[in-house]
Amino acid sequence: MTEVGGAALEAAAAERILVLDGAMGTMIQQLGLEEADFRGARFADWPQDVKGNNDLLSLTLPDAIADIHNVFLDAGADIVETNSFNANRISLADYGMEDLAREVAEASARIARTVVDGRRDGRPRWVAGAIGPTNRTASISPDVEDPAARNADFDMLRIAYRENAEGLIDGGADLIVIETVFDTLNAKAALYAVEEVFEARGRRLPVIVSGTVVDLSGRTLSGQTPEAFWYSVRHARPFAAGLNCALGAEQMRGFLADMARVADTLISAYPNAGLPNAFGGYDETPETTAAHLGAWARDGLVNLVGGCCGTTPAHIEAVAEAVAGVTPRKPPRMERRMRLAGLEPFVLAA
Amino acid sequence: MSERDARASARFVNIGERTNVTGSAVFRRLIEAEDYEAALDVARRQVESGAQVIDVNMDEGMLDSERAMTVFLNMIAGEPDIARVPIMIDSSKWSVIEAGLKCVQGKAIVNSISLKEGEEPFLDQARRIRRYGAATVVMAFDEEGQAETAEQKFAICARSYRLLVDEAGFPPEDIVFDPNIFAVATGIEEHDDYAVAFIEATRRIKANLPHAKVSGGLSNVSFAFRGNDTVREAMHAAFLYHAIPAGLDMAIVNAGRLPVYEDIPEPLREAVEDVLLNRRADATERLVELAESYRGRSKEIAADLSWRSLTVDERLSHALTQGVADWIEEDVEEARLALGRPLSVIEGPLMAGMNHVGDLFAEGKMFLPQVVKSARVMKRAVAWLTPFLEAEKEDADSSSAGKVLLATVKGDVHDIGKNIVGVVLQCNNYEIVDLGVMTPSARILETAKREQVDIIGLSGLITPSLDEMCFVAAEMAREGFELPLLIGGATTSKAHTAVRIAPNYDGPLVHVTDASRAVSVVGTLMSPERRAAFAGEVSAEYGKLREAHGRSGGRRPRAKLEEARANRMETDWTACAPPVPPALGLRVFDGWDLAELVRYIDWQPFFAAWELAGRFPDILEDAEVGEAARSLHADALAMLDRLVAEGWTRPRGVAGFWPANRDGEDDIALFADEARSERLATLHTLRQQMRRGRRGRPNLALADFVAPPGTPDYIGAFAVTAGAGIEERARAFEAERDDYSAIMAKALGDRLAEAFAECLHERVRRELWGYAPGERLTNEELVAEAYRGIRPAPGYPACPDHTEKRAIFRLLDAEGNAGMGLTESCAMTPAASVAGLYFAHPEARYFGVGRIDRDQVEDYARRKGMALAEAERWLAPNLAYEPS
Repeated sequence: MTEVGGAALEAAAAERILVLDGAMGTMIQQLGLEEADFRGARFADWPQDVKGNNDLLSLTLPDAIADIHNVFLDAGADIVETNSFNANRISLADYGMEDLAREVAEASARIARTVVDGRRDGRPRWVAGAIGPTNRTASISPDVEDPAARNADFDMLRIAYRENAEGLIDGGADLIVIETVFDTLNAKAALYAVEEVFEARGRRLPVIVSGTVVDLSGRTLSGQTPEAFWYSVRHARPFAAGLNCALGAEQMRGFLADMARVADTLISAYPNAGLPNAFGGYDETPETTAAHLGAWARDGLVNLVGGCCGTTPAHIEAVAEAVAGVTPRKPPRMERRMRLAGLEPFVLAA
Repeated sequence: MSERDARASARFVNIGERTNVTGSAVFRRLIEAEDYEAALDVARRQVESGAQVIDVNMDEGMLDSERAMTVFLNMIAGEPDIARVPIMIDSSKWSVIEAGLKCVQGKAIVNSISLKEGEEPFLDQARRIRRYGAATVVMAFDEEGQAETAEQKFAICARSYRLLVDEAGFPPEDIVFDPNIFAVATGIEEHDDYAVAFIEATRRIKANLPHAKVSGGLSNVSFAFRGNDTVREAMHAAFLYHAIPAGLDMAIVNAGRLPVYEDIPEPLREAVEDVLLNRRADATERLVELAESYRGRSKEIAADLSWRSLTVDERLSHALTQGVADWIEEDVEEARLALGRPLSVIEGPLMAGMNHVGDLFAEGKMFLPQVVKSARVMKRAVAWLTPFLEAEKEDADSSSAGKVLLATVKGDVHDIGKNIVGVVLQCNNYEIVDLGVMTPSARILETAKREQVDIIGLSGLITPSLDEMCFVAAEMAREGFELPLLIGGATTSKAHTAVRIAPNYDGPLVHVTDASRAVSVVGTLMSPERRAAFAGEVSAEYGKLREAHGRSGGRRPRAKLEEARANRMETDWTACAPPVPPALGLRVFDGWDLAELVRYIDWQPFFAAWELAGRFPDILEDAEVGEAARSLHADALAMLDRLVAEGWTRPRGVAGFWPANRDGEDDIALFADEARSERLATLHTLRQQMRRGRRGRPNLALADFVAPPGTPDYIGAFAVTAGAGIEERARAFEAERDDYSAIMAKALGDRLAEAFAECLHERVRRELWGYAPGERLTNEELVAEAYRGIRPAPGYPACPDHTEKRAIFRLLDAEGNAGMGLTESCAMTPAASVAGLYFAHPEARYFGVGRIDRDQVEDYARRKGMALAEAERWLAPNLAYEPS
């Protein structure tokens, strides 16, 4: 299977630290949209409220989404993420829109594709098709009385992710980002689905897997350490792996370093703009964020950096500046050893 | 190596083996009972004992393995102290492996895949495992079979490796080879080199297949010494000692019990190593000899396997007559390939072997337990051939000697005798249609027609079943049946069959006393030449019995009820104050210690159930049946060991004590409390009506053992059961075509229920009623009833009316408190149950009510508020007169 778009991306990543964009959600929030804006003409009579269904805006307000991509590209992003975090049938079922999942994903990718293709300054830029975790978890019971119960299983997730990935690829994504992984089993279902799509299309795209360490215990929601997380997704041979969301750069660094030490692939990191304040907003200034990420870059910790919740074009601009010209991390050569994982890693002797 | 690696990596990996339903019966029982919480504890203990990976296996015929794997792995996901280690998903079924892969967020190991089905499925599975993100164990198994020599093992592993790495893109470091650890010291010369072959194959794999790992199932190597844990553990320790330096990376072990090489005592260590390393020709003999001195309780011996070198026909014959099922599938397969057609195997060597068994049984050279074991082997053999027969559209029954329908009648749950008859008939080439227990008449008749059976056999244990048999016979006559009808079961008799059943049915009707008799009766009835003459003979004999019965008018001289009552047992209650129980009301016992019950077993009825007559323990040394009895006893003890260790069943029981006084002449009133004003129940007893001479013995009724009003007295009642687990286990054995173990389990269940009753009665005497606190009796004395007080059970001679169980069950809430039930015929469920009353009177003793006359039955019916005809039906075997 040939890897399309991968060669240029790999070449660029070998040369420099690549910059991802910032928070789509934050940008949409700043638009102050109302219910009617989300609905547009097409969904004027939709039986449920749809305000907050950000992904739907790819259908009803595509120009606003295109503007956001443009602003981040202007700020210096090399890679923009599609507006498709919830473009899967499990998450969209909250709005009764499960059957629109594929259409939303494809439209989201197409918007970003059009924006990126519209730039004719000779600088390469890429569209990353974003696959969020869904709002369900395959490793945790929703019922305290019945620990074996699940409201999502592997196949249900795999089917949802496959639809999502198909839409993104057909809409023109250059790579796939499986992000905000709070449950590695969800991520494994996504990786499985993505492989299925690649196989069906006869072409594979680079994949980034980005986990989320939810608190200072240093574990994912489903309980894994960053190293165990890496061993659990390594089989997919991702283009990059890393962490995003949940923590600010300051808190994320140690956990990211744990992963960077053992991950024989590129490392990506896009933290939030600090920890949320009492109102759920983010106060970290672009300068602070950029100072942290710039230090990570100089310490050889990262290959791709960007921002998650609360990060604005100003943050991305500061980050791009901070990492410009810094030599990217060189992935370590890991010994060939059986590396297993439960919640914790288990490495056999060579 | 980083610090973290140092902590979490290992030179040799212990994989916990206890969460495996095929390897741990304790775990299997928990999973079967869906007690996943306790199953989690098994996993947790493995991790706590140092297992670095836990092997989870749900391959059990009776389980929905995919579901069990899913549920258990989901449960583990919620337990951080277990989920911290990687899982080994162990199954021989791909669907189960895949179900497991869909539940683990970490990186697991699949155990296992192989080239057994060819390259295509192997590669397909490997690719999918990779996509799920797991490592995998690969067995040294290819299209030709399992590799035995070092060369074969390495060749298959090397081929698998190239396919995995080159074709499937499988990371070599994620491959674990299992080059098959086989049993050594089996007595077969070709097996002597098996351990050496494994170690050598390991060495070559590690030298030539970069990054691949080697694993093995350790316990196989010592299989010949099962039952002798000392020798087995020594073999395991020594094997690891030699295999690890050769490159063995991991093994599935009991993580808490991995023995230490240095701890193996000499000369055992040398003898074990001689065997493992195949260092001398007589190594096996020497170890077998030495092993005896390290033997624990178990009497199992390393079997003489020399018969394995005989021809396939001889091996099949040996397996059938000796009841050895261990190699039956492979031998049958060999015979099938040699003979070309599956039917030829059945009609040829298998039939010849079973005929030989039948002859030996008929000649009294084989006994029932051995025949049932042979039948188990035969069933396994036929099961192996069935798919081939179906493929050839041949009917395995085409050669059947006849079709026999067997059923325990409606209202009755007892089936040990019926099952034995069925198995023995099968051994004699009859096809059996077994309708099980509690079979309504309509179902028997309908099945008989549909299946076109040749003979119908009815079975029952409790007296109401006699009535039901009369009904079935009448129904058969009504529907125009002419098939032979066989009657069997503990309460049936030739007289009852002749007098009560025969008038209802014109076809051939025979009372059959036991399984050996059943074979000859069925054989004669199936013979067109002999059938008519035999049926005529039996019919004439029954006619005479009826005549004799009629001449006596069915009447026996009985004492009048008033006379009998006047001759009751009198007690001087002033001199004999009834003991007061320390606490009144109910005592519930849930999960009585099985090990304790085993000590209370009365073995004699057990041998009787298997048609081996004789006193225990003398029967074990009996010149004629001693060998069969010893073997049966050993099998029973072995099963009891498992039953106890694995907790197959949960004995439950309830006992209660109430203030009570005699009520009228023959009844007993139970009161709610000492005020004795609120009546809880009335128990009705029957009085002997034998004619006694002057100053002769009294005419007893149970009511005589209770004081009349004015003297505070008490009565107790109990209901105990060996538990539902026995029947579940028997069904599981049946599903595995192991009738021998199924019947054994039920026979032991009956013994355990009786033992429970005995054990509880002892506790009642010493503590709960407490009138004999200092009593200390041996089991022999217990069996001989050398104690004060009795525990008569309804349906037995002192209390022949089964319906009294209803009052007892109600008083005790036996259903709620012990999970017991009553059928419409007052048979108890589970079948292994006992219920009865406690009397503490120092003169209380067991007696038989015997025949009773119409005056008492009329009185009794009135007292019970029951129609006379109904009372006569329940008391039919005890009537001294012909009911109108």
